[in-house]
Amino acid sequence: MFGFRVKLMKKMVVGIGILLCLLLWFSSCGTRIEESETVPGSDLLEEEKELAAEGDNYIVVGFSQVGSESDWRIASTESFKGTFTQENGYYLIFEDAQQKQENQLKAMRDFILQEVDYIILDPIVETGWDAVLQEAKDAGIPVIVADRQVKVSDESLYTAWVGSDFEEQGRRAGEWLADYLEGQGRSSEEIRIVTLQGTLDSTAQLGRTGGFGQILKQHDNWTMLERRDADFTQTKGQEVMEDFLKAYPDIDVVISENDNMTFGAIEAIEAAGKTCGPDGDIIIISFDAGRAALQAMAEGKINADFECNPNLGPLVSDIIQKLEQGEEAEKLQYVKETYFDPSMDLQALIEERSY
Amino acid sequence: MSKGFGSKIKNISDTNLLLTITIVVFFLMYIGAMIFQGEGFLKPQALFNILNANAALIILSCGMSIVMITGGIDISVGGVTALISMCCAVYLDKAGGNVAVSVLIAILIGLGFGLVQGFLVAYLEIQPFIVTLAGMFFARGMTTIVNTEPFNVSNEAFVALKNTRIIVPGMGSVNRLGNYVDAYVEIGVIVAILVVIVMFCVLKWTKLGRNFYAVGGNSQSALMLGINVKRTKFIAHLLCGVLAGIGGFVYFLHVGSGSPSHASGAEMNAIASSIIGGTMLTGGVGNIIGTFFGVLSLSTIQNIVSSAGLDQAWWTGITVAAMLCLFLVVQSVVMAVRKKGSVK
Repeated sequence: MFGFRVKLMKKMVVGIGILLCLLLWFSSCGTRIEESETVPGSDLLEEEKELAAEGDNYIVVGFSQVGSESDWRIASTESFKGTFTQENGYYLIFEDAQQKQENQLKAMRDFILQEVDYIILDPIVETGWDAVLQEAKDAGIPVIVADRQVKVSDESLYTAWVGSDFEEQGRRAGEWLADYLEGQGRSSEEIRIVTLQGTLDSTAQLGRTGGFGQILKQHDNWTMLERRDADFTQTKGQEVMEDFLKAYPDIDVVISENDNMTFGAIEAIEAAGKTCGPDGDIIIISFDAGRAALQAMAEGKINADFECNPNLGPLVSDIIQKLEQGEEAEKLQYVKETYFDPSMDLQALIEERSY
Repeated sequence: MSKGFGSKIKNISDTNLLLTITIVVFFLMYIGAMIFQGEGFLKPQALFNILNANAALIILSCGMSIVMITGGIDISVGGVTALISMCCAVYLDKAGGNVAVSVLIAILIGLGFGLVQGFLVAYLEIQPFIVTLAGMFFARGMTTIVNTEPFNVSNEAFVALKNTRIIVPGMGSVNRLGNYVDAYVEIGVIVAILVVIVMFCVLKWTKLGRNFYAVGGNSQSALMLGINVKRTKFIAHLLCGVLAGIGGFVYFLHVGSGSPSHASGAEMNAIASSIIGGTMLTGGVGNIIGTFFGVLSLSTIQNIVSSAGLDQAWWTGITVAAMLCLFLVVQSVVMAVRKKGSVK
């Protein structure tokens, strides 16, 4: 009985062994055939490209996205999916990393293995990309980084970066405020400002605070009463604004570094019996310009909102088209961003807004 | 006595049958992927990438299978993995520690969880699900207490170890620039394969291994056979804890960072892999080689889904669910047919 079992097991072990060998042989066979096909050809690269083109004429793009944690992120994903369609000559392989760098690393290695033509990476964190980017470079696959940035020892590891210029958003908010005050004839009046900051040290917070700060310096009559971290959330925005209203009875302007904090601030202001918006006591400037914020603007509660454009797909597509033509692409590219204020046709804008 | 022995023999052949099904399905799936999706799957490195990414899961699943064979379950392994990653990351990065000591820390944490959970399950006879659920919450909570922010480890010795690649000779391929790229596996894969071999031997050829099957198959008759049921259950959980320790370190070695969200859902993947590998939730049936192929099947399905251009997040979940259903149905049908046959 026991002997029979041992025999059976031996058979199974041998069987598994043979199957595994077959699998590996089969797979290495596949690559060896390609190899022998390409070796006699005088121009290795050309032949490879032809081989790739034979199957389909699409440009194969692998896109590793952070996840789907916010409306902005979802709008960004939609932008890529809408741009890299088969009608536009692309074949998009989309990988949702669900907020994990390990998933992104695996997705990138799979892209490299599949020999996609381009890789788009929206990195979850800034560090830890050197090894995989080197692998992509060795495989001759250009990597385009979108939205968030990467910190690498060698800048040539990625081809280009595309994203928002948060500092520019801050500067433009400052310039808008200067124009607006001038329009009201308050350009020499003392203007008291408070800022609800985003999560400290995040790219968006640093850029927006810094950009607005540059304009602030140019105006002696503007006073920044206080800047405080409200973590990009509505509840914190409301709490901090309540504190501000108690501490400073005569606030003229609130700068809120994203829409969620703005909603909190509006509630705090209304609860304190004050009004805000174009016809109110307090000027509110917000960032992100989501649909809900434009709605609030249409209701007369926000003075101006500066967009953080999730529509990165077309810009990345432009870069790929340039590279396809053999041209160089600019290393850093900022997406075009606009702003909204009540002088525009808000209802129409809200309807066509993607997030 | 003879009845117990007889049922044991029958269980082992059931195990082999389910194992065969798992292996055949895996190879069919993989060869199908090679034929229909080509590109990525044709290179041997595709298989090695699956191994690299799942080395830790293979080790965790081995522990899970052992506990499941004794009729228990351990859902703390994901949390333990996260806790180990975070502790080792903090130790290496912030305290400038040494890699060998961090391995020891990992195994000790795993051992600690195994000891406590094993004691509660075996000697105080508390439901394993509840005990390890508490273990999971505890581990996840502790991870956040150790450090809330995710961060990458920059300790040089560790990064060197993490980037060590074992070249598999003759399996490389030529990329489109015409360069030959060696095929490689990470150190974790070697550890995982060693664990699979050792655990396979333990289950097959040791008294302890046979006791696991006996306890899971029918603990009453195991007791009558003179098997120390409590001790066997305790050892199963202990072993699972130690394997969670090793798996946790292999996971940490693969990702190279600490984060409270690490290995989320790893316990569920380990359970799914064990089931696909032919381990039964009711205990007494299972095989480590099957578990190994269970992990490979699970991640192959994920690769197929993603390279087919479907939106990964939910499509993967749905295909894995379908696959689990398929395996459970096949298992129960096979078992039913078999029982009928033996009654006749």
